[in-house]
Amino acid sequence: MSNNIDLKKGLNIPIKGSARPVVCKTVVPDTVAVVPSDFKGLVPRLLVKEGDRVLAGSPVLADKKNPDILVTSPVSGTVKEIVRGEKRKLLEVLIGTDSEQEYLDFGCKRPESLSTDEVRTVLLQSGLWAAIVQRPYGILADPALKPKAIFISAFNTAPLAPDTEFVLGDEFAAVQAGVNALSKLTDGGVHVSLKSDNYSSTPFHKLENAILHTFSGKHPAGNVGVQISHIAPIRKDETVWTVSLLMAAAIGKLFLKGKYDLCRKVAVCGPAAVDPAYVETLPGMPVKEIVSFIGEGDIRVVSGDVLSGRCVGKDGYLGFFDNQVTLLKEGADTELFGWAKPFRFNQFSASRSYFSWLLPKKQYGMDTNLHGGPRAFVMSDSYYAGVLPMDIYPLYLVKACLAGDIDKMEQLGIYEVLPEDLALCEYIDPSKNYIQDIVQHGIDLMIQEMA
Amino acid sequence: MNKIFEKGGKLYFLHSTIDAFETFLKVPGTVAKKGAHIRDSVDLKRIMIIAVISVIPAALFGMWNVGYQHALAVQGPGAPLDIWSNFWFGFLKVLPLYIVAYGVGLFIEFASAQIRGEEVNEGYLMSGMLIPLIVPVDVPLWMLAIAVAFAVLFGKEVFGGTGMNIWNPALLTRAFLFFSYPDHMSGSGSWIALRKGENLLDGATGATPLSFVGDGMDALTGAGVQYGTSFWDLFVGTVPGSVGETSAIAILLGAIILLWTGVASWKIMVSSVAGALLVGWLGNVCGATDVPALTQLVLGGFAFGTVFMATDPVTSAQTEPGKWIYGFLVGAICVVVRLFNPGYAEGMMLAILLGNTFAPLIDWCVVNRHLARKARKARIA
Repeated sequence: MSNNIDLKKGLNIPIKGSARPVVCKTVVPDTVAVVPSDFKGLVPRLLVKEGDRVLAGSPVLADKKNPDILVTSPVSGTVKEIVRGEKRKLLEVLIGTDSEQEYLDFGCKRPESLSTDEVRTVLLQSGLWAAIVQRPYGILADPALKPKAIFISAFNTAPLAPDTEFVLGDEFAAVQAGVNALSKLTDGGVHVSLKSDNYSSTPFHKLENAILHTFSGKHPAGNVGVQISHIAPIRKDETVWTVSLLMAAAIGKLFLKGKYDLCRKVAVCGPAAVDPAYVETLPGMPVKEIVSFIGEGDIRVVSGDVLSGRCVGKDGYLGFFDNQVTLLKEGADTELFGWAKPFRFNQFSASRSYFSWLLPKKQYGMDTNLHGGPRAFVMSDSYYAGVLPMDIYPLYLVKACLAGDIDKMEQLGIYEVLPEDLALCEYIDPSKNYIQDIVQHGIDLMIQEMA
Repeated sequence: MNKIFEKGGKLYFLHSTIDAFETFLKVPGTVAKKGAHIRDSVDLKRIMIIAVISVIPAALFGMWNVGYQHALAVQGPGAPLDIWSNFWFGFLKVLPLYIVAYGVGLFIEFASAQIRGEEVNEGYLMSGMLIPLIVPVDVPLWMLAIAVAFAVLFGKEVFGGTGMNIWNPALLTRAFLFFSYPDHMSGSGSWIALRKGENLLDGATGATPLSFVGDGMDALTGAGVQYGTSFWDLFVGTVPGSVGETSAIAILLGAIILLWTGVASWKIMVSSVAGALLVGWLGNVCGATDVPALTQLVLGGFAFGTVFMATDPVTSAQTEPGKWIYGFLVGAICVVVRLFNPGYAEGMMLAILLGNTFAPLIDWCVVNRHLARKARKARIA
């Protein structure tokens, strides 16, 4: 506890609609989708045909560049449909679920007693290798590499984020097994970051075989990228891996029970959610299954949090990495004299140009309105740096990305960030630029040029 | 928006204009397409309107002062302090300046936005608010129109519009006037508005207090019979000068609004004051002048420039350490010019323009130092 890292910069967005800590139903979807775009950097090769039988853990997709990396089915059943988009791009594989679930058996093992190769093989075969994210760039981890270290964030500060202790508190044994397995893959150790507020009450401070850190501060203190930059910043030619706590639990269950079990508690939340609460379900669950949470009107369904989640729509599916579905009203209404009103009591602003800072406790029913038009960057770098607790000049980095200047991007810290780390910069931007998109394009350019 | 204004419609050339008026009246129903699904309710319109509001005290005082200075110059120190008639006189004098500044500037701004196919940026609302306040009240309108056109076109639009410009457009307007028509911008001819046939009182001067500063405290004290030049007079602002620059009190009100809402950087303001005080003090110590450093702060355009113009987020330094350096430079250069350039006493305009010019270099140094430090840390680790 003595070396707590206190982050002064950041912003907690006071948005309404956090989920009650109750699992109100268990959803067993009759169809699940395996969506290749959940995995950044995956070039999918299809391994199944329509009508094929699969078990939970059977391979569905493989990576073309790295055929050992598999994406597997979260359920047992029959491949119902292979959905393709323009230019025959593979969009999703729909799998009809059996009434009785059968799991492919990977064998119960104690990860402590396994070798690196054995751990790697089990992870690759089970499809859980795809749960490991490699930085820089936030892509699929390369099995041939040995990363400098592996980082896990054991708390989430994103708006309306599911409560880690409620969601995973009773899976401590699985997380511990997952940490044990992951520690075999690196010489730099598994770094787990905890929130200093509830350090002693969370079960995860008892994790062994891990290097624990504590953080305090507002969002994005819970982002693993921010934590890495304070623990050991990523430099050129280094790779680190990150695993979410949720995925660490899944990896643990794979070793403890020998099965590919992605079952999770998902927070269905947001200002447009009716009676927000948790459901227990699998990734790839169709949004249709939770339609009872969706209120009246034009609602945006986001898999993930409001800042960096993906808009999936009412026909979409829960993402592989997500345990949060956020429902928001589409803010397509105009507001007469909106910006000119001295007070707008129902609008939040992080800036003091409105008076919402006088009501620090108030929560707001936010919608997707942009609240302005796109402009060139006018405010200075320090305006954006105020919500980015990293040793980086965000506006300089964003402008380097816009210019496509590889050298500048490299110097200014493109290796350390993923779009999600700059999500708050995008949120507060009065010029309404799509900063996360700009950063993602910069990262794509780096991948392309550095390959 | 009516289809006729959309791309391909007959009146497409008015697209940006219509869009500007529409979004001026109401916040549009545009939704975030990607990235963060919710957005802060602040936008550039809000930031600009707050900046504009912060200038209003200085503008109102300036209008009154134009009338008051007229009364003083014609009737002598016993002139009536009647607020309304003085204000009305000044209002009628300043209103045409506003009409020209906004008319010419916004026309170019709207046309350029249309040519670029963008929405109209709100930046000019602030520039247009400032321009009439930093020129002599009797500047001929056609000169002002040319100067505004030059500043907006060559100071801003050729770089790509607000956000891309290097120099503060309002100051560029003043610089253009100053170098093209020096007769109207210095000396004693244009600071006090006179009606046709009216003459200055015996012993009265049309010059600003600042123009006496080069000759020391005695000259300043004996400036003209009609206005006082004590620190308090200068602080309140009952002296001739550019329309809005004279009253430190009104400018301080604006500064409070800007700082309280966080629209302008307090670092720039503080360091600019520090720079001016330091050089003013050094001037006293070395015997270059006997004007106290504190008086430098209330003279001429220093306060106005520090609060409203040096803090422009686009043309000032971007980084936090850079802001300290930039502000200090602006304040220091301003007083240096005042002390060592008897021909041209008002140093603030050139100080800020010079600061603007060097701001990218300052930032470059700050960012590179930061990168070097990071690289060194990486090598050690």
